[in-house]
Amino acid sequence: MSAQTNAMRTPLANAEEMPFNAAANKPTLAKTITRLLLYAAAITISLFFLVPIYLIAISAFSPQQAIFAYPKALIPQTLSADTMLFFWNARGVQSALVNSVLVGILALIFSLLVGAPAGYALARFLFRGRDSYKMLILTTRAFPIVILSIPLAVNYIQWNLYDTLWGVAFAHTAMALPTTILVTSSIFIGVSRELEEAAQTLGCNRAQAFIKVALPLALPGLAAAAIFTFVLSWNETFAATILTQRNRTLPALVLAQIADVGAPLPFRYAGGFFLIAPSLIYIFFMRKYLLGMWGQVVK
Amino acid sequence: MGEIRIEGVWKYFNKGKVAALKDISLTVEDREFMVLLGPSGCGKTTLLRCIAGLEYPERGRIFIGGRDVTDAPPRSRGIAMVFQSYAVFPHLNVFENIAFGLRMQKRPNEEVTRRVNQAAGLMRIEKFLERYPAQLSGGQRQRVAVARGLVMEPQVLLMDEPLSNLDALLRLQARAELKRLLQEVETTTVYVTHDQIEALSMGDRIAVMEIGEIVQVDVPKEVYENPATLFVGGFIGTPPMNFMRGTVKSVNGASAITIGDQVIHAALPAHFQTGQDLLMGIRAENIEASTQSSPDAVPARVLVVEPLGSHLLLTAQVGDTPIKVQTRIDFPVVPDQTIYLKLESNQVRWFDAETGVRFESGEKMSVV
Repeated sequence: MSAQTNAMRTPLANAEEMPFNAAANKPTLAKTITRLLLYAAAITISLFFLVPIYLIAISAFSPQQAIFAYPKALIPQTLSADTMLFFWNARGVQSALVNSVLVGILALIFSLLVGAPAGYALARFLFRGRDSYKMLILTTRAFPIVILSIPLAVNYIQWNLYDTLWGVAFAHTAMALPTTILVTSSIFIGVSRELEEAAQTLGCNRAQAFIKVALPLALPGLAAAAIFTFVLSWNETFAATILTQRNRTLPALVLAQIADVGAPLPFRYAGGFFLIAPSLIYIFFMRKYLLGMWGQVVK
Repeated sequence: MGEIRIEGVWKYFNKGKVAALKDISLTVEDREFMVLLGPSGCGKTTLLRCIAGLEYPERGRIFIGGRDVTDAPPRSRGIAMVFQSYAVFPHLNVFENIAFGLRMQKRPNEEVTRRVNQAAGLMRIEKFLERYPAQLSGGQRQRVAVARGLVMEPQVLLMDEPLSNLDALLRLQARAELKRLLQEVETTTVYVTHDQIEALSMGDRIAVMEIGEIVQVDVPKEVYENPATLFVGGFIGTPPMNFMRGTVKSVNGASAITIGDQVIHAALPAHFQTGQDLLMGIRAENIEASTQSSPDAVPARVLVVEPLGSHLLLTAQVGDTPIKVQTRIDFPVVPDQTIYLKLESNQVRWFDAETGVRFESGEKMSVV
């Protein structure tokens, strides 16, 4: 890389200059190998994730007999909605779906209400313990929910939060907050402080400057952070299982069905596919944005 | 009405460890164009931000139009500010950018339209009103920022290096335009820059700052010709003022000063003691170079010859001090040649060798 840029800097007047080619060749070979290895790694990782997703997807859209067939056909012979419909009409699925959506929306709202101001503070203010605070946010992720779940369940029972959607939403908010805070802070860092100051000199107080200038500029990023929370909540199984009994979210319901009742294969495949679909759609549309988020969101 | 009075302002950073402003007092007259000039880190932007209300001083008071605004937020100070980055709102088009302040004041629509059009016309950006900042060049964004400030008809216009992000050619043009404009609108203006040419060419007065203190406030001509300290002389002017260290001597009963092994006869005031160290300051254009020796000229060895189009800039060594000399472009000279320098005696300035403070003129400290 550096050899090449150096070669580029040599005067162009001397066009037949040999060192240019000689210098460019060697790193190119090394670069090709590096690139090949990089691609090999990327393909391996992609396959690791994509193959199971593919298998689940074709099973979810195969007729029920095909699901039990062994060995499995890698390319589905016939497509059918039977399996998905079987899942859709299974007892509890539709109400669990409603629960999941409600919990997701609640978690999204709470995590933005709490996380966005925290992220804003991290981005704008130098306060005592700012770095420790950042560390602390990350360390909350180090506590396994498994350890916290029993005390949490006990407290929830005492607070009458057990087996409520609110309770699950609160748990999911807590889990999403570290990401929300760090992501929103990086979004607000991308919004120049001078813009808000300019608004203040033009008649805004601090809050108005935030609402009229920083917020609109941060909105796309905040939306991405919000959807991230929703997807996290949608996928979260453990806390949802521990903290609910009858008001199950969809993943908790599917897990319970499999563990307790030993749900049939079509139910598993269709349920699995139904659960991963939103994440896939989200990542597909947001991937560019999520990558950009850590660089510069607003120019 | 738009007078700014700053009284004994102190501002600390890093929990009081660093004083960014040390006891600053400054009065900017109504409708005056005051330039705050200094190198980066001298506190000029901090002072501007204190006037704007974006920073609050730990001590001292700030008055705008006779009203104590020290504790007032930016919005109630009657100021408008142009930021170094322009701070044009990316999510609003040019019209709404300029209208932002008027909308905050809830002005009726027709008044907003009229005043925005007027300000845009003044800045010649009427054609871009529908565009978004991303579609504008740096120079156009800068105009939007100025229009956005002017449309408020502020008592005081504050500008933080508004030209520093423009490229050299555009900057020259924008400088002249901004000067014309500000003469037209007659608003009290405080203008921060580190560019001494900008300061000299635009300011009614210049306040030169050095590490948190104002070292000189005066009209550009005075700041240039009679720098208050060594720092001011060395900071202002291209090239900066020449300084030569010398010692007061008595030669044949008349006062003289020796620089290296050169003896320069000078009429020095009586209170200068023999043996006292002085710094002699003179600007490159006040030195006349000749290839012929003469009794009142100082010999110097030429180190560097730089042709600058309209004139030559020589670096020559007097004793062991290199100094800059400006000559006409066809002056016949090559490096290592010895030339003879005549110092324009009424342009010589004397500075205290220890404190760097200039001795008051009018004491007849000329070279004879």
